[in-house]
Amino acid sequence: VKSKKAQKKVGAEKLQRIIEMCIAIENHTIDPFLLNVDDVIKVVQKYFPQWDESEELNLDSEAICHLASVIKLQSEWVKYRSTSLYTDPFLLEGKLMQATKDEIVRIFLGAWHPVVEFEQLSLHSIAEALRYWKRLLPIKERWPELFVPEVAIGTTSRDELLRQRVLSAKVFSEEIESFWRELKEKIKEKGAKGKMRYWDFIGTDTYEKTVERAFLASFLITYGYATLEIIPLEEEVFIKPFAKPLAKIRTQQSISIPIAVTCENWQKWKRGELD
Amino acid sequence: VEKRRVGLRKKKKGIYASKMKRATHMLFFRRHQKPGVKGWELQRALGADYPKVLEVLNDYLMSLDLQVKTVYEEEKTPDGKPTLEELSRARFYVTLRGELTPKESKMIGWRIDDLAGLAVAISYIISKKGQAPRRDVEEVLGEKLPSWKVGINIDRYIRYGYLQDDENDQLYLNWRTRAEVDEKALIDLLLRSEVQATFPSEAANGGKDIAEE
Repeated sequence: VKSKKAQKKVGAEKLQRIIEMCIAIENHTIDPFLLNVDDVIKVVQKYFPQWDESEELNLDSEAICHLASVIKLQSEWVKYRSTSLYTDPFLLEGKLMQATKDEIVRIFLGAWHPVVEFEQLSLHSIAEALRYWKRLLPIKERWPELFVPEVAIGTTSRDELLRQRVLSAKVFSEEIESFWRELKEKIKEKGAKGKMRYWDFIGTDTYEKTVERAFLASFLITYGYATLEIIPLEEEVFIKPFAKPLAKIRTQQSISIPIAVTCENWQKWKRGELD
Repeated sequence: VEKRRVGLRKKKKGIYASKMKRATHMLFFRRHQKPGVKGWELQRALGADYPKVLEVLNDYLMSLDLQVKTVYEEEKTPDGKPTLEELSRARFYVTLRGELTPKESKMIGWRIDDLAGLAVAISYIISKKGQAPRRDVEEVLGEKLPSWKVGINIDRYIRYGYLQDDENDQLYLNWRTRAEVDEKALIDLLLRSEVQATFPSEAANGGKDIAEE
């Protein structure tokens, strides 16, 4: 029994190492061809009959899942090598190293077509700006100084801070997780194709609560629990939860999507006019 | 009938002329943080026939050595004719059609060192299938640029939108490279270039402005 346990431990460690290597490959820090897929499959096959607990089986399936991603990356690499853009990196590196700066610039200019832009004021924009300036209230009127009464230093309790909403009853991460579960449940009930209208999710009976839900929804999206789907022409915004939170690498620049959760928009949503 | 036909033709011509003007304004003047206009924005402003308007504008710009450049989402250039969906997600720019001479490139305000560094960084990343560790790119640039300048230059290429990085310190090509650089032509030109046996005036040239040439 002891030797079986020890063997299981070794097997689990091997699978763990395989998973770590696969993750490193998925994160593009290691060449996908450094992993010998046949050897990995042999290891997985060897230990598979010994797994009987759900945790062990989970580890096994996780290893297979990551291995499949690595095979996909390898196939993408092979596909790329067969395209016209592929060039032997060593040959190219050699060329880059040996070319002079002038020569590199000359070559680059042959393939560089810079974007053309105008930076120019028009009479119309100046007139518009002047009209805006005339309408603009002095800063003292726009930002009146806040009258803050002086109070003596005192003590407070956690309950008092909770009442004043300075502290939250739940840890923020728990709050996000439960909000994510709520989104998934709501989509099961009211959603279609795994998504629902953004406003239908965040909208509630009170404006204050709606703003709070919009605030939490923004964290759901930033932390990879959900995503937004925008149909620009129809101006429709959908929210769509992920089955698992994403811990993806940023291969594209992140973008911010401003959604105005104004009282006016909330009233429109209540009246069913915000489509 | 002939009169009516001529009248209709004139009216159609007028509509296209005004749509072309509107498209020119949208493409030449930056509307967002990044230059260029998305297909769906053009569709909203010009109507469903905006691809035709861009085609006419592109023909017109040819005589000025400019072109309307289409960059498809996620670099997926369609094999055949692009669908309306692909066009609406694509970004359109006006770029130079031909090439700049080294003397002209001084107008862009780039030092020869920085431009050569950009060319090397882009070529190196292309050769590594579109991504390379920042450390490796720094090493390549460090061969010919002073080490204090390498990091500053890479940050500048990132700021301008030629490159982008991620939290794993990997460098990728970014939107400006896709809009401005003909990647295939760059690699072809580089491979066809004759390797010089000697390295004339490199040390002497260090940091020289193109303008000074």
